[in-house]
Amino acid sequence: MRTIRIGTGAGFSGDRIEPAVDLAEKGDLDYLVFECLAERTIALAQQAKMHDSNAGFDPLLERRMRAVLPICREKGVRVISNMGAANPVAAAKHTIKIARELGLSGLRVAAVQGDNVLDVLSPDEFVIEDTNCTLGEFQKDVISANAYLGAEGIVDALRAGADVVLTGRAADPAMFLAPQIFEFGWQMDDWTRLGRGTLVGHLLECGGQVTGGYFADPRLKDVPDLANLGFPIAEVDEDGNAIITKLPGTGGFVNAATCKEQLLYEVHDPKRYIQPDVIADFSAVEITEVGPDRVAVSNGDGLPKTGSLKVSIGYIDSCVGEGQISYAGPGAAERGQLALDILHQRIDQIGIACDEVRGELIGVNSIFKDVAATDCAPSEVRVRFVVRTGDMQKAARIGEEVESLYLNGPAGGGGVTKSSREIVAIVSGLLPEDRLTTRFEMMEA
Amino acid sequence: MQLRDIAHSRTGDKGNISNISVIAYRPEDWPVLLEQVTAERVRDHFGPLIAGEVVRYELPQIGALNFVMYEALGGGVTRSLALDPHGKCLSSRLLTLPIDVQR
Repeated sequence: MRTIRIGTGAGFSGDRIEPAVDLAEKGDLDYLVFECLAERTIALAQQAKMHDSNAGFDPLLERRMRAVLPICREKGVRVISNMGAANPVAAAKHTIKIARELGLSGLRVAAVQGDNVLDVLSPDEFVIEDTNCTLGEFQKDVISANAYLGAEGIVDALRAGADVVLTGRAADPAMFLAPQIFEFGWQMDDWTRLGRGTLVGHLLECGGQVTGGYFADPRLKDVPDLANLGFPIAEVDEDGNAIITKLPGTGGFVNAATCKEQLLYEVHDPKRYIQPDVIADFSAVEITEVGPDRVAVSNGDGLPKTGSLKVSIGYIDSCVGEGQISYAGPGAAERGQLALDILHQRIDQIGIACDEVRGELIGVNSIFKDVAATDCAPSEVRVRFVVRTGDMQKAARIGEEVESLYLNGPAGGGGVTKSSREIVAIVSGLLPEDRLTTRFEMMEA
Repeated sequence: MQLRDIAHSRTGDKGNISNISVIAYRPEDWPVLLEQVTAERVRDHFGPLIAGEVVRYELPQIGALNFVMYEALGGGVTRSLALDPHGKCLSSRLLTLPIDVQR
């Protein structure tokens, strides 16, 4: 049975680049897929695009493309990525420019568009699920609206001969599903195979998280050589069953345990992993170790798609101010608590209207509140005081108040840091898929 | 004995919802997970960290449970003031759940 080899080049926007180069060189790959778009990245990129029409794509695109394009050209590896972010066309143009500089004449780069639905959404009809109100009733400054596209636009671009396909918002697994649909000629209502292809995508989309990254727990789960973690490869057959593996000589490992953890990562009901092209069913998936760093994944399934696409709305939510200061040695926690008491009193006194306040001691209760409290006195604590407020000036006051603890607070405080930031947050809703059209633009170096 | 001795775990996030897998190291411990790691016990173990309900899904063929915990992330990853807005650390809390196994 024919198989294809798909590798992950990045599992998030800031991921390591060397493992992708390694895979391009030695992976005998057909496709190298870079997943680089976090939930709110596209909203921030949209803001950048508003200031500069040539901006709004992934800032690491340049480095990644320069690192892998010559090798991918030589080895015949096609690249798929959502590094287009808010501006796939500008990303494709920039990739063409890089390709020309590298002498890769004739390289074909496609920009997939259609995910930007800011002008498509009806203020009266589109319902924001988080707040249960319509877009028109949502009293916030909306800056972006992007639908999670399925595989179709990428498949069309591959069919037209693209060597590199750049998208904006696409469902992460769809970037891996697309080459399987294209190579094996799967029908778009072959729910079982689409479900299996989605499973492969889901296992690969976070890169090193399936090859031993985010897994180590010394003595219980030791993982070798995480500094040289290898990124995953899937060998997929025509039925969508796959072997998950990695390059020999790289760090980490692929075993049943790493695959099981990734199988359930960010999954709710395993029978209903809802994607644009299919509802994938992971509930009966079988995971079998078939060799060193080789795990067979089979028996995925799928149900007909919902016909709706998830849309992420980016908006300006609030301003947040934060300050931190450390206390150490005997009585550290008590002095930290005193510092927090002073800060709570101060924000009342100086009249900063706060929508939300968090005061906590890192090392004592910052993560699990007081649920996991122990009697042990920590040898050091870090005070963290953070508030949500209406404007940046008020937010900046918070750090200043923490800083003033140097001269006005408990004994022995040190290492103040302060920050203030505008929060771009995300809410979401559903859009019938027939409200948008996916298309691609092809360019040639 | 703690859950950590017989199972491993990973947390994921979507909006204000956290999901935590609990996976038996050894197939013979799967019945222990099924019996002792109930949605109710998990809910109690997190206490005020989880505001909404906890739903458990079972995957017997891989010896895993998946817990979906609503209103768990301070209003959602992108706006939470928490030090760990994704709730990535929550799996480490779950692994401290006391487990009764006779060996």
